Amino acid sequence: MLFNNKKVDKLLTMYLPITFMLCFTIFPLYWTVNTAFKPEGDIIKRPLQYLPAHPTIDNFVNAWTNIGFATFFKNSAIVGVTAVIVVLVCSTLSGYALARYQFKGKRAFMLMLLCTQFIPRAMMIIPLFIIFKNLGLISSPLSLIITYSAVEIPFTTILMSGFIANVPKELEEAAMIDGCNKLQSLRHVVFPLLLPGIVATGVFTFIYTWNEFLIALMLTNKQDKFTLPVGLSSMMGEFNVNYGALAAGSVIALIPAILLFAYAQKHLVNGMGGAVKG
Amino acid sequence: MDLSSGVTETSIESKKTVKKKKINKGNLTPYLFILPSLILIIGFLFYPIGTVFYYSLQNYDIAAPFYNGFAGLDNFKTIFTEDKMFLPSLLNSLKWVVSEVGLQLVFGMIVALLLNQTFKLRGLVRAIAFIPWAISGVLASSMWSLIFNEHMGVLNDLLLKLGLVNEPQAFLAGTTTAFTAVILAEMWRGIPFFAITLLASLQSIPTELYEASKVDGASRWKTFIYVILPQLKNTIVLTTLLRVVWEFNNVDLLFNLTGGGPAHSTTTLTMYIADLAVHGSNFGYGSALTVVSFGILLIFAMIYLKLSRYEKE
Repeated sequence: MLFNNKKVDKLLTMYLPITFMLCFTIFPLYWTVNTAFKPEGDIIKRPLQYLPAHPTIDNFVNAWTNIGFATFFKNSAIVGVTAVIVVLVCSTLSGYALARYQFKGKRAFMLMLLCTQFIPRAMMIIPLFIIFKNLGLISSPLSLIITYSAVEIPFTTILMSGFIANVPKELEEAAMIDGCNKLQSLRHVVFPLLLPGIVATGVFTFIYTWNEFLIALMLTNKQDKFTLPVGLSSMMGEFNVNYGALAAGSVIALIPAILLFAYAQKHLVNGMGGAVKG
Repeated sequence: MDLSSGVTETSIESKKTVKKKKINKGNLTPYLFILPSLILIIGFLFYPIGTVFYYSLQNYDIAAPFYNGFAGLDNFKTIFTEDKMFLPSLLNSLKWVVSEVGLQLVFGMIVALLLNQTFKLRGLVRAIAFIPWAISGVLASSMWSLIFNEHMGVLNDLLLKLGLVNEPQAFLAGTTTAFTAVILAEMWRGIPFFAITLLASLQSIPTELYEASKVDGASRWKTFIYVILPQLKNTIVLTTLLRVVWEFNNVDLLFNLTGGGPAHSTTTLTMYIADLAVHGSNFGYGSALTVVSFGILLIFAMIYLKLSRYEKE
């Protein structure tokens, strides 16, 4: 023990650092929400208001309707949901192959999946732009859906194969002895047990697509096709930044990510730990 | 006699075909299962990376297509002899990666150790501590820009109140403060990555180990150095390597908070490449820079894994 008094010891080594950490984590979030609810004039006024004196939702209305956050939000949602579906289908299939079959080239496939984790994303923006320009898909949500799926599948395949390997093979065989065919046993026995893993994988994929910036910036050049990060970035790049609307737009982008994260965070430590160890 | 031998023969034959069928089926199914993933990975990860190497040997400028064609090693020669941005941006990358990964690892470790204790509301505290992990670089940029701003930034307000500065500072516009400001914002976002992975491996350490060192009368610091740290070694080696690669390539905050400025003081190598790709048109040269930065990362990873003797001991 560092200090003789047990209470002082606990205060100094536990409660104080935890409080400090929480303050540091929460402060930027608090300040953004605080700014978002202030009227334009109050934002720059000194002394700064640590709670909005005249709370208003004008910034949200402005961001949503005039600046285009309704469109950005819709674009991000379309790309995210579609990519999640593609990723889940592909990675469940390939994860099942890895967990349940021995086949030639399995090791090579695994090695390939691991290698992709070291491919710098920034390395891909120039060739991706050229590829999608040739395909005529610049500024099309399809280019982002395809790219995000390709980027996420290696990791989610490893994740899913771990989840599938945890479902006892005997359960599947028992179902087949009881008269199920392969597909039925997968649907009625394996799938329900996999559901938590599938949900966690889907949430993580969605958060990635929701947050990705550089590829979206490179592959989108029409404002009505911007995703949220590209929209926010273009706002920050303007000469006269509208800070109230920027804060409100940030809150809009923040809410889905935080809600999904709160839902899936208990899987995070287990999932990440497994992925890092395995 | 004849009959029975006939029966056995057909039964053996039918067994053979059954076996054959099963093998065929077993052989084909896994390949069908991995096929969609394989197509996407090869088509949109490996093929693009391959073309980077091809374009690096080309004059490929979409703004001046007349000169496009094979260039040999010209682009690389320009990088190493004429490009005045290359070396400074490489040094900035080094500064960026070392300070980010170092700070995130140290604070991530502290947070993981704190959260591994038992206390009231631990679940909630953990959830809050991990929130920045789910926040995008762009979002973090916009949130921190509201803090660093010269006119409405709350950091200036707090520093003025504490009497640490006499007048509001433009943190993101000063050559010395800009780098520190971005480092702080990125650190905020990066700590949870280490906290999550380290916490996961802290939880896999058998409690007997702690108890044994407690019985032996070891201090907390000694327990950490001699008992906990060796158990975490492989996780630290792997997560640090992943993070170095990730931070080396990460430009979201640099791009949005400073744009590489002022006076290129926050232009890392990847920021330089991203700027060329997004605002420029010389894709051949950008590709060559990408190949160089990939080579640097590869050499680093090999040396790092060799020196750290991953998975040994």
